[in-house]
This record gives sequence, structure tokens and C-alpha cells, in this order.
Amino acid sequence: MYSPKRSDLVSSFLLFTLLTMLSGCAPQDDRIKIGQFASITGKEATFGISCSNGVKMAIDEANAAGGVLGKQIDLITLDDQTKAGEAATVVTKLINQEKVVAVLGEVASSRTLAAKPIAQQNKIPLLTPASTNATVTEGADYVFRICFIDPFQGTAMAKFTATTLQKKKAAILKDVKSDYSIGLSEAFTKKFKELGGEILEEQAFSSGDKDFKAQLTSIKAKNPEVIFLPAYYTEVALIARQAKELGINVPIVGGDGWDSPVLIETAGDALEGCYFSNHVSVNDTTPVVKNFVDKYKQLFGTVPDAMGVLGYDAGKIIVEAIKESKTGKPEDIRNALAGIKNFPGVTGSITIDENRNANKPLVVLQIKGSGFVPVESVMP
Amino acid sequence: MATHKNAILFTGLTLLIFALNFVSGAINAYYFQILIYIGISIILATSLNLINGYTGQFSLGHAGFMAIGGYASAALTHYYGAGMIAAMGGGSFGEQVTFFLSLVLAGATAGAAGLVVGVPSLRLKGDYLAITTLGFGEIIRVLIQNAEFVGGARGFTGISKYTNFFWVFFMVLVVIYLVHNLTTSTFGRAFLSVRDDEVASEAMGINTTNYKVIAFLIGSVFAGIAGALYAHFVLYLNPEDFGFLRSIEIVVMVILGGMGNLAGVAIAAVILTILPEALRFVSNYRMVIYALMLIILMLVRPQGIFGDRKVSSFFKRPA
Repeated sequence: MYSPKRSDLVSSFLLFTLLTMLSGCAPQDDRIKIGQFASITGKEATFGISCSNGVKMAIDEANAAGGVLGKQIDLITLDDQTKAGEAATVVTKLINQEKVVAVLGEVASSRTLAAKPIAQQNKIPLLTPASTNATVTEGADYVFRICFIDPFQGTAMAKFTATTLQKKKAAILKDVKSDYSIGLSEAFTKKFKELGGEILEEQAFSSGDKDFKAQLTSIKAKNPEVIFLPAYYTEVALIARQAKELGINVPIVGGDGWDSPVLIETAGDALEGCYFSNHVSVNDTTPVVKNFVDKYKQLFGTVPDAMGVLGYDAGKIIVEAIKESKTGKPEDIRNALAGIKNFPGVTGSITIDENRNANKPLVVLQIKGSGFVPVESVMP
Repeated sequence: MATHKNAILFTGLTLLIFALNFVSGAINAYYFQILIYIGISIILATSLNLINGYTGQFSLGHAGFMAIGGYASAALTHYYGAGMIAAMGGGSFGEQVTFFLSLVLAGATAGAAGLVVGVPSLRLKGDYLAITTLGFGEIIRVLIQNAEFVGGARGFTGISKYTNFFWVFFMVLVVIYLVHNLTTSTFGRAFLSVRDDEVASEAMGINTTNYKVIAFLIGSVFAGIAGALYAHFVLYLNPEDFGFLRSIEIVVMVILGGMGNLAGVAIAAVILTILPEALRFVSNYRMVIYALMLIILMLVRPQGIFGDRKVSSFFKRPA
């Protein structure tokens, strides 16, 4: 019994399935494949894009210099839409479909955490440029990072506030939806109290909020000398503006989530004289930083934010690890990563410690005019 | 007679899924993952179809129930899993029994939450349910974000991998079998009558609130189970993943497949799960094309791809 409708439907479905299956490429032995997952779209797209720009720059440089182990490197970048579930999907694809030997990825800790069990199970090294949450590398010997961790950042800023700024009465405004913000404020509180400081008020908001007047009003009522604001740049800018409107004139202090060219654009002069900790100062005049910044500007047309710099360092380090591995096999790359010592990165000298975290300095920047000026460097 | 035939079919398919489970390991992990996601999507869409499609209530909280089920089951296996497996005699048998119990817990907790939300709000008519369920989904998300023992905003890590081909597709089978039998039974006709005309059904002596609550309860139980399957497959839960958008994705599957069309909704769930993956080659414009396809489909077929026609009728010659 011939039925045209059925055969059409079935064959088009089969064709569709087949196309899906074929969309992966055949493996090539003369090239080394590195995977990367990043938030190219979604609400943290600026981080994802500058980070993948940095990685791309590092890989392109390595390829131009003749590749590594005599082979050229293919960088496969997949978008995770700023979603943790999606990150798990793309990392599975990178490892099983694209057969990459190492995965670079994600700025945000939540998405690196989603990728962690997959990388660990498949024994593929995962190197994150900027996931600062302490749990990211815990209990997974294939997961590494080249940035400092949240507790260090919170502790360093508490030290800076209490000793350098000589402010002992602080208020905290944190983002309860962000593990990053909570982690930083916990570490800050602990160290700040140790140094004889006092937390007068702790207020919370949720990222995505637009109005912070209620929280700011109750902070103002307590008259703190300084406000610790561990949050991302979008909210930081809005909070700073509204604080100014309410007549709060004390310095605001924060972490690396502030770092974005958008920050001053949105905040105007509301953040003048405030401080935040960062991985690097792009205004640094040392040749290694200056060369990088100039080249990045030339390639992508903007000044890199810290994510761009960390992406670049991560790219450099993975190339170095592949070179040191001699074989290009995931297991050897892992061992080479674990042995990275005093690597001269743009973000400073990087040493991977026994917990697979990076041992490196942090820079405190002050906002002056339209730029960030380095004030102090803090060693772990 | 028909029920008898269906029961045989159900048993046969269960055995088939069980047999396929042993060869599923040979599939490339990436395709396997998509396959599992397809199964989970079908469970979510079919269970929501019972609420939105058959009973005509508009729920926007399915992701919330999924989150409850996922977190409840993951917390059970994470904190008590090792002890339970040992008590069950250890090995993979113990693991499977433990996982089954966690699925039961997921269904029970999500179902209980469904009752808590459903009983007061389903007495209302119209769009109120959409707003209450929307609010409920947000409450769940925020509560989980602040619950430190399941990881809070950082996300829940350290979940064991128990989800396999068998459990996912067995649950697909169960939900489809249940919804099919329910809606073709005398009892289940009441769901349809509530959808078609609430006042008329009440006049006919149908306790409409009762039926709405039952549909809502069953729907949320399966959303919870889907959440548990998801949790033990992805091995990481983040409250952000169970936001409003996740609920919308499921609603889109139901609308696209045709409200109250069992096979249509299942097919829409398959298509909408594969599509974003298949479109990966256009990289940055992927979601633009995906959204565009949805718009076109809605313009061309506002009643859903299959409308209220049975999918099998497309394969039959017009009489």
C-alpha cells in the first residue's frame, strides 16, 4: 500500500537525523584540537567574548610560530548561552564529538562546575581562566585554574580596607543570587573583623534588580565609612549612581566583577575614587602588559578587560602544557599543567599549586576619571 | 479490549527499552546525551500537556516542579545514597533501587508542592493560575538559591550518575501510557470537559476543581521525576537553570505540538530538543534562527504542528 505522505515524512525525518549526525567533522591527525566553551551569547556575553578573544589570540600566536609538537592547533569554541545546563551539553560535545585533548573554559564558576564532572570522567584536562569559586578545582585532579580564588580576593580587600584605607566601619551590599558575591563577602567579613573592623550593616539584592534605594537608605542610616560591594559591573554601576543620589559619599570597594569598560560608561562619575581588586591592570606600563594591550586593541578594536587577559594567559599556558607533555595526550597534558611554575603571564607570574589553583598576585585598582589606576599589589 | 492491547504493548515496549539499555553504551556520548534530553523533554512536555492541553489550565511553573524533584532526589542520593546502597546489598542492584527510591521521592515532593500550589489557586478561573504558578516557580528558585545544604547559588555538585537509557525511556512510556489511558477513559473525559466549558461541566455535576487538582498533581509528579532524571544525568544543578525561561520552553513544546495532542506534543519535544543542537553550525545566529523558526511555525500553524488531529491520521489515506 503506497502512501506518499508517510514516505515523505519518514524520509525527511531520516535525512534530518542524518544531517545532525554528520555535522561533526572527521578527526585529523596532523592537528591538535583544543575545545573552549564560553558565554558568547546571554547575559554575561561581554565576559565570554573577551575571554574567547584572548584565547584565540594566544592560539593564533602559537600557530603563527609553527604550532606545537610540529602540529597546528585547532581551537573549537562553542557557545553555552550563559546557562549551566548548556555548558554541560557543549563540553560533552567537545570531548566526545570533537575529540579535543583539553578544554578551556568558562569565566563563571557555575558553568565550570557544570563541566567539571564531565571533564573528570573523561580524563580530559579542563583549564579555567577566571572561575574564582573555591570549589571549582576541589576533588577533581583534571581541573585547573589560572586565577586566584574568592576567599583570597575577599581577604585581600579586607586587608586593604582596614590597613591601607584605615576604615574600620563597613557596610556590605551583596548579591544573594551569586555564589561569587556571597563567597567574597564571607571572606571579607572574616578578615575585616580579625583586623578590628566592624560590619555595621549587611544588605542583599538579586542580580537583575534595578532599584537599590531601600537597601542603600538603610545602609546610609548606619553611617559606615566604607561600603563593600562584591557584585558584577551592571549592578555596581546602578548602585553607585543611586548611592550618589541618596548622598552617600563614602568609598565603595569591590572585586574583579567590576572590571568592564561598561562600568564607567554607566556609572558616570559616581564611582570616582572607588577601589576594586583585579587580576591585572591594563594601564600597567611594563612591556609585557603594554605589548599585549596594544596587540589586542589592534585585533579586536577595544581595550581588553581582565577576562581577555586571563583568556590569553590560559591559551598560552595550555600551549605550554601541550609542548611540555611531549605526546599531546590528555593525561600527559594534565601532568604538564600540574607542573607549571613561574610562567610569565600577562597577569603576573603563574605557579600552579598542589590544589591546582594559581598562586599569583592581585592588583587593587582605583577609579580615576575614565580609567583604572593601580594602587597596590597584594601577594597571597 | 483496547486497554488489554495497550497493556500488552506497554509490557512489550518496557522489555524492549530494557534490552536497548544494554546496547545504549555503544552510542557516542554526545548523541546519547541528546537522546536522554529528548526523553526528559517528552516527560516534561507530556505532563504539562495534561495540565495545559487536556485540562485547559495555564501553568507556568513546570520548571519549579522539575527543580523540586531534581534537588530532592539529588539531596537523597548525595547525603544518604551510600548508606542506602549498602543497605540494599551494594553493587549496581543497590544503586538502581536507591535511584528508583529517589525518583519516587522526587515525584512525591513535586506532587506535594503541586497540591500546595494547586488546591488554592485552581479554585480560581482564568489566567490566575498562570500568575500563581509563575510566582511559585520564582519562589522555588530563590529558596534553593539560599539553601546552603544543596549548594545555594553556587549550584549542587557531587551528584552520582544513575540516570540511564532504561529509566528515562521507561518513564517516557509510563507518562504517555498514563496520559493516554487517562484521557480516553470515562474518568478522564472530565478533564476535556473542564477545558471545553467549565460552567457546562459544573452544571453536569463534575467537580471541576477536583479534576483540575488531579491533573495538576499528576503533571507536577512527572515534572519532578523528569527533574530527578536530569539531575542524575547532568550531575550538576544550578537554580538559574530552572528559571522562568525553562518553563516557557516546555510550554512552547506543548503549544507547538498542539494542545491536548499526545503524539504531537511528544514529537514537538523531540524536534525542539534536537533543533538547537542541529543548528550549532550557524554558531552565533543559532538562537536567532531557532526563534525565527518558532515564529514562522506559529504563523503558519497557530494550532500547533499537528493541531488536534491525531498524528496517526496523517499516515492514513483520507477516506
